[in-house]
Amino acid sequence: MISSLKKRTRFSLNRRQKTFLTLFSLIVFLICIVLVGALLDEGRIATNLVDRNLVPSFDHPFGTDWLGRDMFTRTIMGLSLSIGVGLIGAVGSISIALILGTAAAIMGNKGDRLISWLIDLFLSVPHLVTLILIAFTLGGGFKGIVIGIALTHWPSLARIIRVEVMQIRTSEFVKVSRQMGKSHWWIALHHMLPHLVPQVLVGFTLLFPHVILHESAVTFLGLGLSPHEPAIGIILSESMKYLSSGMWWLAFFPGLCLLIVVRTFDNIGEKLRMFLHSN
Amino acid sequence: MTKVDKNFYIKLGKFFLLKSFRIATLLFAICIISFLLIKNSPIDPIQAYIGADMLTVGPEQRERIAEYWGLNLPVMVQFWNWLSALLTGDLGTSMIYRSPVSEIISERFIHSLVLMIAAWLLSGIFGFAMGVIAAMKKDTWIDKIIVWYCYTLASTPTFWVGLLMLIIFAVWLGWFPIGLSVPVGSLAEDVSIADRLRHLILPAVTLSIVGVANVALHTRQKMIDVLASDYVLFAKARGERGFVLFWRHGLRNIALPAVTLQFAAFSELFGGAVLAEQVFSYPGLGQATVEAGLRGDVPLLLGLVIFSTIFIFAGNLIADLIYYVVDPRTREGWRI
Repeated sequence: MISSLKKRTRFSLNRRQKTFLTLFSLIVFLICIVLVGALLDEGRIATNLVDRNLVPSFDHPFGTDWLGRDMFTRTIMGLSLSIGVGLIGAVGSISIALILGTAAAIMGNKGDRLISWLIDLFLSVPHLVTLILIAFTLGGGFKGIVIGIALTHWPSLARIIRVEVMQIRTSEFVKVSRQMGKSHWWIALHHMLPHLVPQVLVGFTLLFPHVILHESAVTFLGLGLSPHEPAIGIILSESMKYLSSGMWWLAFFPGLCLLIVVRTFDNIGEKLRMFLHSN
Repeated sequence: MTKVDKNFYIKLGKFFLLKSFRIATLLFAICIISFLLIKNSPIDPIQAYIGADMLTVGPEQRERIAEYWGLNLPVMVQFWNWLSALLTGDLGTSMIYRSPVSEIISERFIHSLVLMIAAWLLSGIFGFAMGVIAAMKKDTWIDKIIVWYCYTLASTPTFWVGLLMLIIFAVWLGWFPIGLSVPVGSLAEDVSIADRLRHLILPAVTLSIVGVANVALHTRQKMIDVLASDYVLFAKARGERGFVLFWRHGLRNIALPAVTLQFAAFSELFGGAVLAEQVFSYPGLGQATVEAGLRGDVPLLLGLVIFSTIFIFAGNLIADLIYYVVDPRTREGWRI
């Protein structure tokens, strides 16, 4: 019994270390995709009419499309692009949530009501319809999708931040700090921000899956990124024309990869939450 | 119904009054915002209307079209004209379908409604059952599989599931048609209910496969809480278990939150329907929204934004109302 216990202490990590290790490897995995996507040779997706419509093989793990482009390369490039778009959109969304959430908690009753109303306003139209509307207004493309995503995904996080700030604001140490004559800004910077960082970080990673899924959905519908970009949404919407001729690999692999990336982000968010709120 | 609480009806009336005030302000704001957004769009409404024949239209004709539509007027006047028409129920005329927007929306809404109700019921029933099973068998392999499945589905693009469905059931097995709500090339009168049903199954199944995750996870959590309670412990001590235990003590406590959650999820349902309709070329509201966005049909797009808002509001209202009427605990200290 004692020897088995010893063995366990020697060879196994504790829960926190395990979480950290998983977190680390997941992040490395995502960085690899982004880097590979950025470094892959454009020549691999050049039109090659000799190798058209190939089923997945050793040379082309995901097969080739009707123009002889390697689907593996297109998929990885698309993922890299999606992650990039998602990153910008999510950062925008977080900033809005942070500003409005804090403002709602600090500005008193009227400001709070106004911002709560604003949150309700954005939640009362389906995300996808709002995204279509904004993409339409901005004429589609990269700009439309990024702004659309930033403007639609903030409400839930803003609510969390609002509650958090309210709790900190009424806590003892903030009251003491105010009694000691510290300014609002000083309190916000030294007492509020350190408490909000973990919340925002977790919120960010949990927001990401939604952002990427919405980006690919809008692109799939034809209102997002332009058809020349190797985005997953574009690949999948193009594949629809060829499905009836049995070219299943055009849709199967890119979608699966998207699923894996989104699930990875979800995992990172969960692990991060466990890591930061370990008690 | 022996003693009806008179206070209850007064409160209910107040509740409706406040809710309708709320939807009025929200709708008004949405009208202004979407109108201004669309006004600032780079897409030229005249060009979108005329399309490929743009070259044959001279500047004078253009001017006359703009005048006919009131495009030269100040933005606020245009907004006011549109809003007053809206209040009389006139949503304008769709540019791509060349018929009144309200007609298109009502016609397409029936298609969408059938699809959404089917998906809503399927995902609700299956999600609830999955959640209950997972909670009753907590920490076994069946629980782990259900939880894993739900988390994975939450990360799955709806349209990809639709594409997989198409590949497997329509292309490989040939069980279902590839798209549209009726067989191609047949008249409306010849379409039987069986035909419509066949075209409905794939999109509805797609939507419900993706839709179960939320309600299943929620129900599982609630059921685990219920199972940890004292009264369940007592029931177990009396020898109740399995289905009887669930029927007597579980169902009542978890059914209400699950139903409410399903009603509150109308927004996701609508978003999912947009994607599923696009994949299966199902002629519902979602497809109309996409068409309107792609081809610059401003009246239709505005109409759809307003309509979807009302639709989601209705879902949330029902969810609130169920809680309010069914669960007496929530009546205390009710707040909107």
